[in-house]
Amino acid sequence: MSQNHLLREHAPITDAGWELIDEEARERLTPGLAARRLVDFSGPLGWEHSATNVGRVERANVSEIKGIEANRRVVLPLVELRAPFTVSREELRAGDRGAEDVDFAALDAAAQRVVEAENASVFHAWPKAGIDGIASSSPHKPITRKKSFEDYPGCVARAVELLLRSGIAGPYGVALGREDYTSVVETAEHGGYPLLEHLREIVKGPLVWAPGVKGAVVLSMRGGDFAFESGEDLSVGYASHDANVVNLYIEESYSFRVLTPEAAVAITAPRGR
Amino acid sequence: MGFDQYHEPPDELPEQTRTFARLCSSLTEEAEAIGWYEQRLAIEKDPEALAVMADAVGEEYKHFSMDLEFLLRRTPKWRQIAEGVLFKPGDIVEHGEAAEAAADDDGDEDGDAAPGAAPSGGSLRIGSLRGEGL
Repeated sequence: MSQNHLLREHAPITDAGWELIDEEARERLTPGLAARRLVDFSGPLGWEHSATNVGRVERANVSEIKGIEANRRVVLPLVELRAPFTVSREELRAGDRGAEDVDFAALDAAAQRVVEAENASVFHAWPKAGIDGIASSSPHKPITRKKSFEDYPGCVARAVELLLRSGIAGPYGVALGREDYTSVVETAEHGGYPLLEHLREIVKGPLVWAPGVKGAVVLSMRGGDFAFESGEDLSVGYASHDANVVNLYIEESYSFRVLTPEAAVAITAPRGR
Repeated sequence: MGFDQYHEPPDELPEQTRTFARLCSSLTEEAEAIGWYEQRLAIEKDPEALAVMADAVGEEYKHFSMDLEFLLRRTPKWRQIAEGVLFKPGDIVEHGEAAEAAADDDGDEDGDAAPGAAPSGGSLRIGSLRGEGL
C-alpha cells in the first residue's frame, strides 16, 4: 500500500475503526450535499489536480523581449476545504469490541460544517476562494416569499416562468435552505394538498435539503450551466494523536463555476422577520 | 420492453447504479454493432454500400467511446487501470498487469489493503448525487 497525503496508516486506528469512521462520515455528509444533487459534477481528478482550465488569458503582455508577445493563462485554483475533528481512543476501543453507540459527535459536527461550507460556496459565493455562487451571480431579482409560506408554489412557479422567459429550459431543481425545507415538508395547502407535491409538479425535478443555503434557489438542471470540479473527493485523513484522542479531518478540494448566471433564481425570506 | 441490463431487482438498486448499468448495456451494444459492421464490411462488394457502412461504423466508434468515458469518469479505479493500458505502445498484457497492481497499491476494493486503507485510499467516494432529492 502506497501512502498518500491523508496519512491514515499512521493513525492508531484499526481497520474496523476506520470502517466505522468512514461509514459515519458518509452517512452524515451525503444527505445535505445539495450542490452535488443539482449541478454538473466532474472528477474526482485527484489531490494533485490544482486548477480548473477556464480557457482565458490575462490581457497584460508580460513579455520583456521586443517582438515577443506573452500572455499568462488564467486558471481557477481549486480550494482545499478541511474540517478537523477528534475521536476518543476509548470510544474507538469500544467500537473494536463491537459497541454500536460509538460517540462520533465531533465527526458529525465536522461533517455538518463541510456540508454547509460546500453548499454556501456553491449557492452564495466564496469570494476569497474565487467561487461565484449561483444565487449571487443571478441577474434575476430574487423573489420574496410571504412569511407564512402560503404563496410558496406561486414563488417557485414565478421563478420557473422567469427562467423560461430567459430561454432556460428545464428540468428544474430547487435547493431548499433549512427553514424553507421544513416548512415545505410540513405544510399542506388549502384543501390539504401537500405543498411538497405541488412543488414537485411545478419543477419536474428534485427538491433538495440544502443546509447552508439562505432561502431557496430554483435552477435549471439541463446541464452546462453550473460546473463543480472535484479534485480530491471528500476524504478522512489523520493529523496527530495523543494518549486520549486521535485528531482527524474531513477534506476535499474543488472549484465551482457559474457558466450561465441567468439559469437560476433565488427565493428569499421577507425582511423584518 | 425488457430490463435485461439489471442483474438484481431494479427497485433495490440506487439511481446511480441503474444509470451505470444502462451505460454498461449501451457500451456492450455499441461493441456488438462495431463487430457486426466489421463483418459486413469484410464481405460487401458494392462500393456505395461500403461507403455507407464505413460511415455508420464511425458513429458506433464515437458512441462506444462516449459510453466508455462516462463509465470511467464514474469509476476511479477502472479509470486508473484504463490510463495504464490505453493508448500506450508495447505489451498490452504487461501494461494491464502493471496498471492493476498500481491501482491495488493505491487502496484497492479487493480487501487486501494495508491497515488504514480504505477503498480508493481514504476517499469516501461520494461523488455526484445528481437527481437525488425528495
